[in-house]
Amino acid sequence: MSKRTFRIWRGNAEGGDFQTYEQESSEGMVVLDVIHGIQAEQANDMAVRWNCKAGKCGSCSVEINGKPKLACMTRMNMYAEDEVITVQPMKAFPVIKDLVTDVSWNYEQNKRIKPLQPGKPEADGDYRMAQEDIDRNQEFRKCIECYLCQDVCHILRDHGKTDVFVGPRFMHRLADLAMHPLDTRDRVPEIVEEFGSGYCNITRCCTDVCPEHINITDNAIIPLKERVVDRYYDPIAMLGRKLFGGGKSSENTD
Amino acid sequence: MNSSTLIGGHKAGLNTTMRTDKWWIGPLLSLSILTGFLIYATWALIQGDHYWVADTGQGFGGYLSPFFSPVLLVDPSVPGAVPESHAWFGTFPSWWPSFIPASPAVLILMFPAMFRFTCYYYRKTYYRAFTGTPPGCSVGALPQKNYRGETRFLLVQNLHRYALYFAIIFVVILSYDAVQAFFRDGKFGVGVGSIILTLNAIFLACYTFGCHSFRHLIGGSTNKFSCSAARYTAWKGCTKLNEKHMNWAWTSLFWVAGSDVYVRLVSSGVITDYNTWG
Ligand code: SF4
Ligand code: SF4
Ligand code: FES
Ligand code: FES
Repeated sequence: MSKRTFRIWRGNAEGGDFQTYEQESSEGMVVLDVIHGIQAEQANDMAVRWNCKAGKCGSCSVEINGKPKLACMTRMNMYAEDEVITVQPMKAFPVIKDLVTDVSWNYEQNKRIKPLQPGKPEADGDYRMAQEDIDRNQEFRKCIECYLCQDVCHILRDHGKTDVFVGPRFMHRLADLAMHPLDTRDRVPEIVEEFGSGYCNITRCCTDVCPEHINITDNAIIPLKERVVDRYYDPIAMLGRKLFGGGKSSENTD
Repeated sequence: MNSSTLIGGHKAGLNTTMRTDKWWIGPLLSLSILTGFLIYATWALIQGDHYWVADTGQGFGGYLSPFFSPVLLVDPSVPGAVPESHAWFGTFPSWWPSFIPASPAVLILMFPAMFRFTCYYYRKTYYRAFTGTPPGCSVGALPQKNYRGETRFLLVQNLHRYALYFAIIFVVILSYDAVQAFFRDGKFGVGVGSIILTLNAIFLACYTFGCHSFRHLIGGSTNKFSCSAARYTAWKGCTKLNEKHMNWAWTSLFWVAGSDVYVRLVSSGVITDYNTWG
Protein backbone atom coordinates (compact mmCIF):
# COMPACT_ATOMS: atom_id res chain seq x y z
CA MET A 1 0.00 0.00 0.00
CA SER A 2 1.26 3.47 -0.81
CA LYS A 3 -0.32 6.88 -1.24
CA ARG A 4 -0.29 8.13 -4.82
CA THR A 5 -1.06 11.61 -6.09
CA PHE A 6 -3.66 11.95 -8.84
CA ARG A 7 -4.64 15.07 -10.75
CA ILE A 8 -8.01 14.48 -12.33
CA TRP A 9 -9.81 16.92 -14.57
CA ARG A 10 -13.25 17.70 -13.15
CA GLY A 11 -15.81 19.71 -15.06
CA ASN A 12 -18.20 19.74 -18.00
CA ALA A 13 -18.62 21.36 -21.41
CA GLU A 14 -18.77 24.79 -19.77
CA GLY A 15 -15.43 24.55 -18.00
CA GLY A 16 -13.53 22.83 -15.23
CA ASP A 17 -10.18 22.30 -13.63
CA PHE A 18 -7.76 19.74 -12.26
CA GLN A 19 -8.40 18.48 -8.71
CA THR A 20 -5.68 16.78 -6.73
CA TYR A 21 -6.35 13.58 -4.77
CA GLU A 22 -4.13 11.44 -2.59
CA GLN A 23 -5.25 7.83 -2.74
CA GLU A 24 -3.98 4.45 -1.58
CA SER A 25 -2.75 2.12 -4.28
CA SER A 26 -1.69 -1.46 -3.68
CA GLU A 27 0.27 -3.93 -5.73
CA GLY A 28 -1.28 -5.07 -8.98
CA MET A 29 -3.67 -2.12 -9.24
CA VAL A 30 -4.48 -0.36 -12.48
CA VAL A 31 -5.26 3.33 -12.88
CA LEU A 32 -8.99 2.61 -13.02
CA ASP A 33 -8.82 0.90 -9.60
CA VAL A 34 -7.34 4.02 -8.04
CA ILE A 35 -9.92 6.23 -9.77
CA HIS A 36 -12.63 3.97 -8.33
CA GLY A 37 -11.01 4.34 -4.91
CA ILE A 38 -11.13 8.12 -5.23
CA GLN A 39 -14.72 7.92 -6.42
CA ALA A 40 -15.73 5.73 -3.47
CA GLU A 41 -13.88 7.59 -0.75
CA GLN A 42 -13.36 11.18 -1.83
CA ALA A 43 -15.44 12.22 -4.83
CA ASN A 44 -18.74 10.33 -5.15
CA ASP A 45 -19.92 12.58 -7.94
CA MET A 46 -16.92 11.96 -10.20
CA ALA A 47 -17.93 10.59 -13.61
CA VAL A 48 -15.86 7.83 -15.20
CA ARG A 49 -17.03 5.37 -17.84
CA TRP A 50 -16.05 1.72 -17.55
CA ASN A 51 -17.57 -1.68 -17.92
CA CYS A 52 -15.44 -4.79 -18.28
CA LYS A 53 -12.18 -3.92 -16.51
CA ALA A 54 -10.53 -6.37 -18.87
CA GLY A 55 -9.59 -4.22 -21.85
CA LYS A 56 -12.39 -5.60 -23.94
CA CYS A 57 -15.33 -3.19 -23.86
CA GLY A 58 -13.45 -0.04 -24.87
CA SER A 59 -15.33 2.18 -22.39
CA CYS A 60 -12.59 3.48 -20.12
CA SER A 61 -10.58 5.51 -22.67
CA VAL A 62 -8.93 8.54 -21.07
CA GLU A 63 -5.61 10.34 -21.29
CA ILE A 64 -3.08 9.43 -18.63
CA ASN A 65 -0.05 11.67 -18.34
CA GLY A 66 -0.90 12.96 -21.78
CA LYS A 67 -1.21 9.58 -23.49
CA PRO A 68 -4.49 8.13 -24.74
CA LYS A 69 -4.95 4.86 -22.83
CA LEU A 70 -7.45 2.41 -21.38
CA ALA A 71 -7.59 3.17 -17.65
CA CYS A 72 -8.28 -0.49 -16.88
CA MET A 73 -5.19 -1.73 -18.72
CA THR A 74 -2.73 0.85 -17.42
CA ARG A 75 -0.85 -0.62 -14.50
CA MET A 76 0.16 1.62 -11.62
CA ASN A 77 3.65 0.14 -11.57
CA MET A 78 4.32 1.84 -14.92
CA TYR A 79 4.71 5.05 -12.94
CA ALA A 80 7.30 5.97 -10.34
CA GLU A 81 6.07 5.99 -6.73
CA ASP A 82 6.42 9.76 -6.47
CA GLU A 83 5.09 10.53 -9.94
CA VAL A 84 1.94 12.63 -10.13
CA ILE A 85 -0.58 10.88 -12.37
CA THR A 86 -2.69 13.23 -14.45
CA VAL A 87 -5.96 11.91 -15.89
CA GLN A 88 -8.02 13.77 -18.47
CA PRO A 89 -10.97 13.04 -20.73
CA MET A 90 -10.16 12.39 -24.41
CA LYS A 91 -9.36 15.59 -26.27
CA ALA A 92 -11.00 14.84 -29.60
CA PHE A 93 -14.56 14.46 -28.29
CA PRO A 94 -16.88 16.81 -26.38
CA VAL A 95 -16.79 16.42 -22.61
CA ILE A 96 -20.02 15.38 -20.92
CA LYS A 97 -18.73 15.33 -17.36
CA ASP A 98 -15.29 14.83 -15.81
CA LEU A 99 -13.62 11.89 -17.60
CA VAL A 100 -16.63 11.00 -19.73
CA THR A 101 -16.80 12.20 -23.33
CA ASP A 102 -19.52 12.02 -25.95
CA VAL A 103 -18.23 9.63 -28.62
CA SER A 104 -21.47 9.49 -30.62
CA TRP A 105 -19.81 11.15 -33.64
CA ASN A 106 -18.11 7.82 -34.19
CA TYR A 107 -21.41 5.96 -34.33
CA GLU A 108 -22.59 8.39 -36.99
CA GLN A 109 -19.50 7.67 -39.08
CA ASN A 110 -20.05 3.96 -38.77
CA LYS A 111 -23.58 4.32 -40.17
CA ARG A 112 -22.24 6.03 -43.27
CA ILE A 113 -20.30 2.92 -44.27
CA LYS A 114 -22.27 0.58 -46.51
CA PRO A 115 -22.46 -2.96 -45.14
CA LEU A 116 -20.90 -6.01 -46.76
CA GLN A 117 -22.65 -6.97 -49.97
CA PRO A 118 -21.92 -10.55 -50.95
CA GLY A 119 -22.55 -11.84 -54.47
CA LYS A 120 -24.42 -15.02 -55.31
CA PRO A 121 -23.94 -17.92 -52.89
CA GLU A 122 -22.56 -21.24 -54.07
CA ALA A 123 -24.92 -23.92 -55.46
CA ASP A 124 -25.66 -25.29 -51.98
CA GLY A 125 -26.64 -21.86 -50.77
CA ASP A 126 -23.49 -21.35 -48.70
CA TYR A 127 -20.68 -18.84 -48.87
CA ARG A 128 -17.14 -20.12 -48.50
CA MET A 129 -13.91 -18.25 -47.92
CA ALA A 130 -10.36 -19.53 -47.83
CA GLN A 131 -8.54 -18.80 -44.59
CA GLU A 132 -5.68 -17.00 -46.36
CA ASP A 133 -8.21 -14.64 -47.95
CA ILE A 134 -9.62 -13.61 -44.61
CA ASP A 135 -6.51 -13.50 -42.40
CA ARG A 136 -5.98 -9.80 -43.03
CA ASN A 137 -9.57 -8.99 -42.11
CA GLN A 138 -9.38 -10.84 -38.84
CA GLU A 139 -6.79 -8.43 -37.52
CA PHE A 140 -9.31 -5.59 -37.90
CA ARG A 141 -12.01 -7.57 -36.12
CA LYS A 142 -10.04 -7.32 -32.88
CA CYS A 143 -11.18 -3.70 -32.58
CA ILE A 144 -12.92 -2.95 -29.26
CA GLU A 145 -14.08 0.51 -30.39
CA CYS A 146 -12.31 2.37 -27.63
CA TYR A 147 -11.72 5.25 -30.07
CA LEU A 148 -8.28 5.97 -28.67
CA CYS A 149 -7.03 5.97 -32.26
CA GLN A 150 -9.65 8.55 -33.21
CA ASP A 151 -8.65 10.63 -30.18
CA VAL A 152 -4.94 10.66 -31.01
CA CYS A 153 -5.31 11.26 -34.75
CA HIS A 154 -4.13 14.82 -35.26
CA ILE A 155 -6.58 15.33 -38.12
CA LEU A 156 -9.47 15.05 -35.68
CA ARG A 157 -7.67 16.03 -32.49
CA ASP A 158 -5.81 19.15 -33.59
CA HIS A 159 -7.30 20.10 -36.94
CA GLY A 160 -10.90 19.20 -36.11
CA LYS A 161 -11.51 17.87 -39.63
CA THR A 162 -14.49 15.76 -38.61
CA ASP A 163 -16.34 16.83 -41.75
CA VAL A 164 -13.83 15.39 -44.23
CA PHE A 165 -12.00 12.55 -42.48
CA VAL A 166 -13.65 9.55 -40.92
CA GLY A 167 -10.69 8.61 -38.71
CA PRO A 168 -8.46 5.54 -38.39
CA ARG A 169 -11.02 3.28 -36.73
CA PHE A 170 -13.27 3.57 -39.77
CA MET A 171 -10.41 3.53 -42.24
CA HIS A 172 -9.72 0.01 -41.03
CA ARG A 173 -13.39 -0.90 -41.18
CA LEU A 174 -13.33 0.28 -44.81
CA ALA A 175 -10.15 -1.71 -45.42
CA ASP A 176 -11.82 -4.76 -43.91
CA LEU A 177 -14.70 -4.42 -46.38
CA ALA A 178 -12.55 -3.43 -49.36
CA MET A 179 -10.31 -6.49 -48.87
CA HIS A 180 -13.14 -8.85 -48.08
CA PRO A 181 -13.22 -11.82 -50.45
CA LEU A 182 -17.03 -11.79 -50.59
CA ASP A 183 -17.78 -8.09 -50.83
CA THR A 184 -18.88 -6.94 -54.28
CA ARG A 185 -19.11 -3.19 -53.79
CA ASP A 186 -16.63 -0.86 -55.43
CA ARG A 187 -15.52 1.15 -52.42
CA VAL A 188 -12.51 3.00 -53.80
CA PRO A 189 -14.27 6.21 -54.93
CA GLU A 190 -15.99 6.79 -51.58
CA ILE A 191 -12.84 5.93 -49.64
CA VAL A 192 -11.22 8.99 -51.23
CA GLU A 193 -14.14 11.32 -51.69
CA GLU A 194 -16.39 10.70 -48.72
CA PHE A 195 -14.12 9.20 -46.11
CA GLY A 196 -11.01 11.25 -46.86
CA SER A 197 -8.15 8.72 -47.12
CA GLY A 198 -5.92 11.47 -48.56
CA TYR A 199 -6.07 13.44 -45.30
CA CYS A 200 -4.16 10.79 -43.40
CA ASN A 201 -0.45 11.53 -43.55
CA ILE A 202 0.48 8.10 -42.19
CA THR A 203 2.14 9.48 -39.07
CA ARG A 204 1.08 6.31 -37.23
CA CYS A 205 -0.17 7.63 -33.91
CA CYS A 206 -3.33 5.55 -34.27
CA THR A 207 -1.21 2.41 -34.54
CA ASP A 208 0.92 3.50 -31.58
CA VAL A 209 -2.01 3.84 -29.19
CA CYS A 210 -4.23 0.93 -30.26
CA PRO A 211 -4.64 -1.35 -27.21
CA GLU A 212 -5.44 -4.26 -29.53
CA HIS A 213 -2.20 -3.70 -31.45
CA ILE A 214 -4.00 -3.44 -34.75
CA ASN A 215 -1.49 -2.23 -37.30
CA ILE A 216 -3.93 0.35 -38.65
CA THR A 217 -1.47 2.40 -40.68
CA ASP A 218 0.50 -0.38 -42.37
CA ASN A 219 -2.22 -2.96 -42.82
CA ALA A 220 -5.29 -0.84 -43.44
CA ILE A 221 -4.61 2.75 -44.43
CA ILE A 222 -1.53 2.30 -46.64
CA PRO A 223 -3.10 -0.62 -48.54
CA LEU A 224 -6.18 1.56 -49.10
CA LYS A 225 -4.01 4.42 -50.30
CA GLU A 226 -2.33 2.02 -52.73
CA ARG A 227 -5.71 0.92 -54.09
CA VAL A 228 -6.58 4.57 -54.56
CA VAL A 229 -3.32 5.06 -56.48
CA ASP A 230 -4.23 2.13 -58.76
CA ARG A 231 -7.50 3.81 -59.58
CA TYR A 232 -6.64 7.50 -59.80
CA TYR A 233 -2.92 8.27 -59.82
CA ASP A 234 -1.02 5.54 -61.61
CA PRO A 235 -0.98 6.53 -65.30
CA ILE A 236 0.23 3.12 -66.47
CA ALA A 237 -2.39 1.19 -64.49
CA MET A 238 -5.05 3.58 -65.75
CA LEU A 239 -3.93 3.20 -69.35
CA GLY A 240 -3.83 -0.57 -68.91
CA ARG A 241 -7.42 -0.54 -67.71
CA LYS A 242 -8.48 1.61 -70.67
CA LEU A 243 -6.79 -0.70 -73.17
CA PHE A 244 -7.49 -4.08 -71.66
CA GLY A 245 -10.42 -3.34 -69.37
CA GLY A 246 -10.71 -4.55 -65.75
CA GLY A 247 -7.07 -5.24 -65.20
CA LYS A 248 -5.97 -5.02 -61.62
CA SER A 249 -7.73 -7.12 -59.10
CA SER A 250 -8.13 -4.46 -56.42
CA GLU A 251 -11.79 -5.24 -56.37
CA ASN A 252 -13.64 -8.48 -56.36
CA THR A 253 -14.55 -9.47 -59.85
CA ASP A 254 -17.31 -11.96 -59.22
CA MET B 1 3.99 29.02 -29.78
CA ASN B 2 0.58 29.87 -28.42
CA SER B 3 -0.68 27.74 -25.62
CA SER B 4 -4.12 28.05 -24.13
CA THR B 5 -6.02 25.60 -21.99
CA LEU B 6 -9.06 23.90 -23.44
CA ILE B 7 -11.95 21.96 -21.94
CA GLY B 8 -10.57 18.77 -20.44
CA GLY B 9 -7.40 20.56 -19.34
CA HIS B 10 -5.81 20.05 -22.77
CA LYS B 11 -3.50 22.52 -24.38
CA ALA B 12 -3.54 24.01 -27.86
CA GLY B 13 -0.62 25.03 -30.05
CA LEU B 14 2.48 23.56 -31.61
CA ASN B 15 4.45 21.14 -29.40
CA THR B 16 2.05 21.50 -26.46
CA THR B 17 1.33 18.31 -24.59
CA MET B 18 0.55 16.82 -21.20
CA ARG B 19 2.99 14.02 -21.90
CA THR B 20 5.70 13.72 -19.29
CA ASP B 21 8.11 11.49 -21.23
CA LYS B 22 10.84 12.72 -23.55
CA TRP B 23 8.72 12.48 -26.69
CA TRP B 24 10.93 14.96 -28.55
CA ILE B 25 13.97 12.67 -28.64
CA GLY B 26 12.64 10.65 -31.61
CA PRO B 27 11.86 13.60 -33.89
CA LEU B 28 15.06 15.39 -32.85
CA LEU B 29 17.15 12.34 -33.73
CA SER B 30 15.39 11.94 -37.09
CA LEU B 31 15.85 15.63 -37.81
CA SER B 32 19.57 15.50 -37.00
CA ILE B 33 20.29 12.28 -38.87
CA LEU B 34 18.36 13.23 -41.99
CA THR B 35 19.89 16.70 -42.08
CA GLY B 36 23.36 15.24 -41.54
CA PHE B 37 22.81 12.73 -44.33
CA LEU B 38 21.57 15.41 -46.74
CA ILE B 39 24.58 17.61 -46.01
CA TYR B 40 27.04 14.75 -46.43
CA ALA B 41 25.43 13.43 -49.64
CA THR B 42 25.40 16.91 -51.17
CA TRP B 43 29.02 17.48 -50.21
CA ALA B 44 30.08 14.11 -51.65
CA LEU B 45 28.13 14.82 -54.82
CA ILE B 46 29.82 18.19 -55.30
CA GLN B 47 33.28 16.71 -54.60
CA GLY B 48 32.73 14.16 -57.35
CA ASP B 49 36.09 12.47 -56.65
CA HIS B 50 37.58 9.44 -54.86
CA TYR B 51 34.63 7.19 -55.51
CA TRP B 52 36.54 4.31 -57.02
CA VAL B 53 39.23 1.92 -55.83
CA ALA B 54 41.14 -0.42 -58.18
CA ASP B 55 44.76 -1.33 -58.76
CA THR B 56 45.28 -0.45 -62.38
CA GLY B 57 41.66 0.15 -63.23
CA GLN B 58 41.96 -2.32 -66.07
CA GLY B 59 39.89 -5.48 -66.21
CA PHE B 60 36.91 -6.52 -64.14
CA GLY B 61 36.60 -5.44 -60.54
CA GLY B 62 37.10 -2.63 -58.04
CA TYR B 63 35.14 -0.80 -55.38
CA LEU B 64 32.64 1.76 -56.60
CA SER B 65 30.87 4.06 -54.12
CA PRO B 66 27.09 3.52 -54.24
CA PHE B 67 26.52 7.29 -54.43
CA PHE B 68 28.13 7.26 -57.88
CA SER B 69 26.76 4.05 -59.32
CA PRO B 70 25.98 3.64 -62.14
CA VAL B 71 28.59 5.94 -63.68
CA LEU B 72 26.79 7.30 -66.72
CA LEU B 73 29.28 10.04 -67.60
CA VAL B 74 32.75 10.52 -66.18
CA ASP B 75 35.50 13.07 -65.94
CA PRO B 76 38.49 10.68 -65.81
CA SER B 77 40.95 13.45 -64.89
CA VAL B 78 39.46 13.71 -61.38
CA PRO B 79 41.42 11.82 -58.68
CA GLY B 80 39.74 8.55 -57.73
CA ALA B 81 37.43 8.54 -60.77
CA VAL B 82 36.64 5.41 -62.82
CA PRO B 83 38.46 5.09 -66.15
CA GLU B 84 36.51 6.23 -69.18
CA SER B 85 35.87 2.65 -70.26
CA HIS B 86 33.76 2.08 -67.12
CA ALA B 87 31.31 4.91 -67.83
CA TRP B 88 28.15 3.91 -69.68
CA PHE B 89 28.18 6.90 -72.02
CA GLY B 90 31.79 8.12 -71.95
CA THR B 91 33.00 11.49 -70.68
CA PHE B 92 31.03 14.58 -69.73
CA PRO B 93 30.38 16.58 -72.92
CA SER B 94 32.27 19.82 -73.49
CA TRP B 95 29.05 21.84 -73.28
CA TRP B 96 28.32 20.58 -69.73
CA PRO B 97 27.31 23.76 -67.83
CA SER B 98 29.99 24.85 -65.39
CA PHE B 99 27.50 25.55 -62.57
CA ILE B 100 26.52 21.88 -62.38
CA PRO B 101 29.33 19.77 -60.91
CA ALA B 102 30.62 17.26 -63.48
CA SER B 103 30.09 14.50 -60.95
CA PRO B 104 28.53 11.14 -61.88
CA ALA B 105 26.39 11.41 -58.73
CA VAL B 106 24.53 14.41 -60.17
CA LEU B 107 22.93 12.21 -62.78
CA ILE B 108 21.64 9.51 -60.50
CA LEU B 109 21.19 10.63 -56.90
CA MET B 110 17.74 12.05 -57.55
CA PHE B 111 16.35 8.54 -58.04
CA PRO B 112 17.19 7.17 -54.59
CA ALA B 113 16.36 10.61 -53.19
CA MET B 114 12.86 10.44 -54.70
CA PHE B 115 12.44 6.89 -53.46
CA ARG B 116 13.22 7.83 -49.89
CA PHE B 117 11.36 11.12 -50.04
CA THR B 118 8.11 9.43 -51.08
CA CYS B 119 8.63 6.32 -48.88
CA TYR B 120 5.70 5.83 -46.50
CA TYR B 121 8.06 5.41 -43.58
CA TYR B 122 10.19 8.47 -44.27
CA ARG B 123 7.04 10.50 -44.86
CA LYS B 124 5.95 9.72 -41.32
CA THR B 125 9.40 10.64 -40.09
CA TYR B 126 9.71 14.00 -41.74
CA TYR B 127 6.08 14.97 -41.23
CA ARG B 128 6.80 14.52 -37.56
CA ALA B 129 10.33 15.91 -37.38
CA PHE B 130 10.30 18.68 -39.98
CA THR B 131 6.71 19.87 -40.43
CA GLY B 132 5.17 19.20 -37.03
CA THR B 133 2.09 17.45 -38.42
CA PRO B 134 2.16 16.29 -35.63
CA PRO B 135 5.56 16.41 -33.88
CA GLY B 136 4.56 13.45 -31.70
CA CYS B 137 1.46 11.55 -30.68
CA SER B 138 -0.86 13.69 -28.56
CA VAL B 139 1.59 16.54 -29.02
CA GLY B 140 0.11 19.72 -30.53
CA ALA B 141 0.41 19.84 -34.32
CA LEU B 142 1.44 22.95 -36.22
CA PRO B 143 -1.79 24.98 -36.34
CA GLN B 144 -3.07 25.30 -39.91
CA LYS B 145 -6.09 27.19 -41.19
CA ASN B 146 -7.02 24.37 -43.49
CA TYR B 147 -5.12 21.14 -43.02
CA ARG B 148 -5.08 19.24 -46.32
CA GLY B 149 -2.87 16.25 -45.51
CA GLU B 150 -1.84 14.40 -48.64
CA THR B 151 -4.64 15.74 -50.77
CA ARG B 152 -3.37 18.79 -52.61
CA PHE B 153 0.26 19.28 -53.50
CA LEU B 154 1.32 16.24 -51.53
CA LEU B 155 -0.63 14.15 -54.04
CA VAL B 156 2.79 13.74 -55.60
CA GLN B 157 3.48 11.12 -52.89
CA ASN B 158 1.16 8.85 -54.84
CA LEU B 159 3.91 8.37 -57.42
CA HIS B 160 5.99 6.41 -54.93
CA ARG B 161 5.65 3.20 -56.95
CA TYR B 162 7.43 4.83 -59.89
CA ALA B 163 10.36 5.68 -57.63
CA LEU B 164 10.20 2.03 -56.56
CA TYR B 165 10.66 0.83 -60.15
CA PHE B 166 13.88 2.83 -60.36
CA ALA B 167 14.96 1.60 -56.93
CA ILE B 168 14.65 -2.00 -58.11
CA ILE B 169 16.96 -1.19 -61.04
CA PHE B 170 19.42 0.28 -58.53
CA VAL B 171 19.31 -2.88 -56.43
CA VAL B 172 20.34 -4.84 -59.53
CA ILE B 173 23.15 -2.40 -60.36
CA LEU B 174 24.47 -2.26 -56.79
CA SER B 175 24.39 -6.06 -56.60
CA TYR B 176 26.52 -6.12 -59.72
CA ASP B 177 28.87 -3.64 -58.02
CA ALA B 178 29.03 -5.96 -55.01
CA VAL B 179 30.14 -8.81 -57.29
CA GLN B 180 32.75 -6.50 -58.84
CA ALA B 181 34.03 -5.73 -55.37
CA PHE B 182 35.29 -9.32 -55.15
CA PHE B 183 37.55 -8.84 -58.15
CA ARG B 184 40.59 -6.72 -58.82
CA ASP B 185 41.99 -6.57 -62.37
CA GLY B 186 39.99 -9.68 -63.10
CA LYS B 187 41.41 -11.58 -60.11
CA PHE B 188 39.08 -12.91 -57.41
CA GLY B 189 39.72 -11.85 -53.81
CA VAL B 190 38.10 -10.49 -50.68
CA GLY B 191 38.64 -7.18 -48.97
CA VAL B 192 36.87 -5.21 -46.24
CA GLY B 193 35.40 -3.14 -49.05
CA SER B 194 33.93 -6.24 -50.74
CA ILE B 195 32.03 -7.03 -47.57
CA ILE B 196 30.89 -3.46 -47.06
CA LEU B 197 29.56 -3.17 -50.60
CA THR B 198 27.89 -6.57 -50.43
CA LEU B 199 26.08 -5.65 -47.23
CA ASN B 200 25.12 -2.39 -48.88
CA ALA B 201 23.35 -4.23 -51.69
CA ILE B 202 21.66 -6.59 -49.21
CA PHE B 203 20.41 -3.82 -46.93
CA LEU B 204 19.16 -1.85 -49.86
CA ALA B 205 17.33 -4.89 -51.21
CA CYS B 206 15.71 -5.51 -47.83
CA TYR B 207 14.58 -1.90 -47.72
CA THR B 208 13.32 -1.92 -51.31
CA PHE B 209 11.50 -5.25 -51.23
CA GLY B 210 9.80 -4.38 -47.96
CA CYS B 211 8.31 -1.26 -49.56
CA HIS B 212 4.58 -0.76 -49.00
CA SER B 213 3.97 -0.16 -52.69
CA PHE B 214 5.86 -3.33 -53.55
CA ARG B 215 3.77 -5.19 -50.98
CA HIS B 216 0.64 -3.96 -52.72
CA LEU B 217 1.81 -4.66 -56.24
CA ILE B 218 3.21 -8.10 -55.48
CA GLY B 219 0.04 -9.37 -53.86
CA GLY B 220 -1.75 -6.95 -51.53
CA SER B 221 -4.00 -5.63 -54.29
CA THR B 222 -5.88 -8.90 -54.58
CA ASN B 223 -8.73 -10.08 -52.40
CA LYS B 224 -8.25 -13.67 -53.49
CA PHE B 225 -4.87 -14.93 -52.35
CA SER B 226 -6.32 -18.42 -52.69
CA CYS B 227 -6.27 -17.99 -56.48
CA SER B 228 -2.50 -17.63 -56.68
CA ALA B 229 -0.15 -19.42 -54.32
CA ALA B 230 2.84 -17.60 -55.84
CA ARG B 231 1.40 -14.16 -55.12
CA TYR B 232 0.47 -15.19 -51.62
CA THR B 233 3.96 -16.49 -50.89
CA ALA B 234 5.55 -13.34 -52.35
CA TRP B 235 3.21 -11.14 -50.34
CA LYS B 236 4.00 -12.98 -47.13
CA GLY B 237 7.74 -12.67 -47.77
CA CYS B 238 7.39 -8.97 -48.49
CA THR B 239 5.26 -8.56 -45.36
CA LYS B 240 8.10 -10.00 -43.25
CA LEU B 241 10.45 -7.31 -44.59
CA ASN B 242 7.73 -4.69 -44.42
CA GLU B 243 7.22 -5.25 -40.70
CA LYS B 244 10.82 -4.09 -40.21
CA HIS B 245 10.70 -1.41 -42.88
CA MET B 246 11.79 1.28 -40.45
CA ASN B 247 14.88 -0.69 -39.43
CA TRP B 248 15.81 -1.36 -43.05
CA ALA B 249 15.23 2.29 -43.92
CA TRP B 250 17.76 3.46 -41.33
CA THR B 251 20.23 0.60 -41.74
CA SER B 252 20.41 1.05 -45.49
CA LEU B 253 20.70 4.84 -45.13
CA PHE B 254 23.62 4.61 -42.71
CA TRP B 255 25.27 1.87 -44.70
CA VAL B 256 25.10 3.63 -48.04
CA ALA B 257 26.68 6.74 -46.54
CA GLY B 258 29.25 4.61 -44.71
CA SER B 259 30.10 2.79 -47.95
CA ASP B 260 30.79 6.09 -49.65
CA VAL B 261 32.95 7.23 -46.72
CA TYR B 262 34.89 3.96 -46.83
CA VAL B 263 35.55 4.04 -50.58
CA ARG B 264 36.48 7.72 -50.34
CA LEU B 265 39.00 7.13 -47.55
CA VAL B 266 40.59 4.14 -49.27
CA SER B 267 40.62 5.86 -52.64
CA SER B 268 42.26 8.98 -51.26
CA GLY B 269 44.85 6.93 -49.38
CA VAL B 270 43.76 7.93 -45.88
CA ILE B 271 43.17 4.33 -44.84
CA THR B 272 44.27 0.99 -46.21
CA ASP B 273 41.80 -1.64 -47.32
CA TYR B 274 42.66 -5.02 -45.84
CA ASN B 275 42.30 -7.54 -48.62
CA THR B 276 43.69 -10.67 -50.22
CA TRP B 277 45.07 -8.94 -53.31
CA GLY B 278 48.03 -7.60 -51.30
S1 SF4 C 1 -1.73 7.49 -39.38
FE1 SF4 C 1 -3.36 8.70 -40.32
S2 SF4 C 1 -5.23 8.02 -39.32
FE2 SF4 C 1 -3.52 7.31 -38.05
S3 SF4 C 1 -3.29 8.91 -36.53
FE3 SF4 C 1 -1.88 9.40 -38.21
S4 SF4 C 1 -3.03 10.76 -39.57
FE4 SF4 C 1 -4.51 9.79 -38.19
S1 SF4 D 1 -8.59 0.37 -33.78
FE1 SF4 D 1 -7.64 0.05 -31.79
S2 SF4 D 1 -7.58 2.12 -30.92
FE2 SF4 D 1 -9.00 2.21 -32.61
S3 SF4 D 1 -11.00 1.88 -31.72
FE3 SF4 D 1 -10.25 -0.13 -32.40
S4 SF4 D 1 -9.21 -1.00 -30.63
FE4 SF4 D 1 -9.48 1.19 -30.20
S1 FES E 1 -13.36 -1.07 -18.75
FE1 FES E 1 -13.63 -2.22 -20.55
S2 FES E 1 -11.89 -1.67 -21.67
FE2 FES E 1 -11.52 -0.71 -19.78
S1 FES F 1 7.24 2.51 -48.39
FE1 FES F 1 9.27 2.83 -47.81
S2 FES F 1 10.25 2.42 -49.66
FE2 FES F 1 8.19 2.21 -50.26
